[in-house]
Amino acid sequence: MAEAQRARPKPTPETQHFWDGTQAGELRLQRCDACDHVYFPPRPFCPKCASRKVSIFKSSGKGKLYSYVINHRPAAPGFTPPYAIAVVELDEGPRMMSNIVDCPQTPEALELDMKLEVKFEKLDDKITLPMFRPAKG
Amino acid sequence: MRRNQVAVVGAAETTKLGVIPDMSQIQLHADAALNAIADAGLKLSDIDGIATAVETPQQIAHYLGITPTWVDGTSVGGCSFMLHVRHAAAAIEAGLCKTVLITHAESGKSMIGKQPRFTPPDSLNGQFEAPFGVYGPPSMFPIPVLRFMKTYGITHEQIASVAVVQREWAAKNPRATMKDPITVEDVLNSRMIAYPFRLLQCCLVTDGGGALILTSADRAKDFPKKPVYILGTGESVETPMVSQMETFNSSRAFKVAGPLAFKEAGITHKDVDHLMIYDAFAHLPLFGLGDLGFMPYEETGKFIADGNTRPGGKLPLNTNGGGLSYMHSGMYGMYALQESVRQMRGIAPAQVKDAKISVCHGVGGMFAASGTIIFTNEK
Repeated sequence: MAEAQRARPKPTPETQHFWDGTQAGELRLQRCDACDHVYFPPRPFCPKCASRKVSIFKSSGKGKLYSYVINHRPAAPGFTPPYAIAVVELDEGPRMMSNIVDCPQTPEALELDMKLEVKFEKLDDKITLPMFRPAKG
Repeated sequence: MRRNQVAVVGAAETTKLGVIPDMSQIQLHADAALNAIADAGLKLSDIDGIATAVETPQQIAHYLGITPTWVDGTSVGGCSFMLHVRHAAAAIEAGLCKTVLITHAESGKSMIGKQPRFTPPDSLNGQFEAPFGVYGPPSMFPIPVLRFMKTYGITHEQIASVAVVQREWAAKNPRATMKDPITVEDVLNSRMIAYPFRLLQCCLVTDGGGALILTSADRAKDFPKKPVYILGTGESVETPMVSQMETFNSSRAFKVAGPLAFKEAGITHKDVDHLMIYDAFAHLPLFGLGDLGFMPYEETGKFIADGNTRPGGKLPLNTNGGGLSYMHSGMYGMYALQESVRQMRGIAPAQVKDAKISVCHGVGGMFAASGTIIFTNEK
């Protein structure tokens, strides 16, 4: 039996730039040209002021651990429990769900507000996921 | 919306609750609907408005043989039925229909005639949450908890006490699924599901349903059961992605829906005799007490741990035992509404003496949506 696989994202026209970015080793966010609001997930207009004039830019990839659970059961296909499902607050403001890698999946190791940095993990030729690890230094 | 213009005149749950392997989901809808229609002393042909969630209104209308002039298929998760009550009250007041049937049912445990939930990989949830291992509500709903606890100094023991107190209420309800007493230690030693939450802090998984019948207050006095009036209502939505909530320190949907209902009802918190806060997981009553303005968030955990919401306490909360101990078919809002109606009729198994105002607050998805209904038995 084939090993169960992690859920694969399927990009849409509005999100393609984000997934192209992760493949190129960049975490791409969007900023409104009219009101400077930085937002995520991707869309071709500003959810704060409705302007369609928005720009894509490269995030620093740095942030902090906002909250998480350590999932024991049921485990998602492709995951070995226990594993942390985290929400990371990026330095630019937006938050995103991710996993914390290079770190024990324990309450002791996963401290709220700990500094994190993005680490890209290639799933296949089409999709690279943005993960986060404890920031170095 | 004007106060007390519309009333609940029929209310019933499915004949059985818990594990119902001999009925499909649509038949559970019908079982609840037929019980509610009998409770109201009506015939199916008297119903001219229908609302339901997950199943479509056309499925339920056809199955029951109803020809409606008003339909509502609002489906925003477990609080959909609070929104149906609000919408139905507005529709009845506007003259769009006279007698509305709201049905819920779910073969949540036996999974007979129930479509499995599916997250398309090109949806926003499919792209930006599913790849990181979320898998069902236990892996998603508790994600805000650690932040909430840190911000307000809430302890694991305090959140565990939610399950303990609700089990005390459940013990008084013959139809509750879980009735044996538990302690905080039992909760904190139960099987880990998704840290920080353990089994006894997660809702049950059961089969069942419920239905309500609403009509104008003018007609309500002619029905066999004591009318329960709609005093105030509120609703809102925030985001289908728990990771994208504005903050984990509160729920925006709660903070919109709850205060709207209080304002419409023209009541203050001290007027509330009975309270239901949809408890899919043990942190929801804490969010609800804070977001609805009952007390500062910092005090919510201690308030429950100190016994203020238990039988005999000053704010009776989740008096059927809640989603944690009474039943939870997946969309629990209907059962919270049923308990509020029972309390206002004065027939609840754990009846709150002389209760005149009941607040019933629901959640949909993982803080994605919210609906609040305030009932009274005095016009």
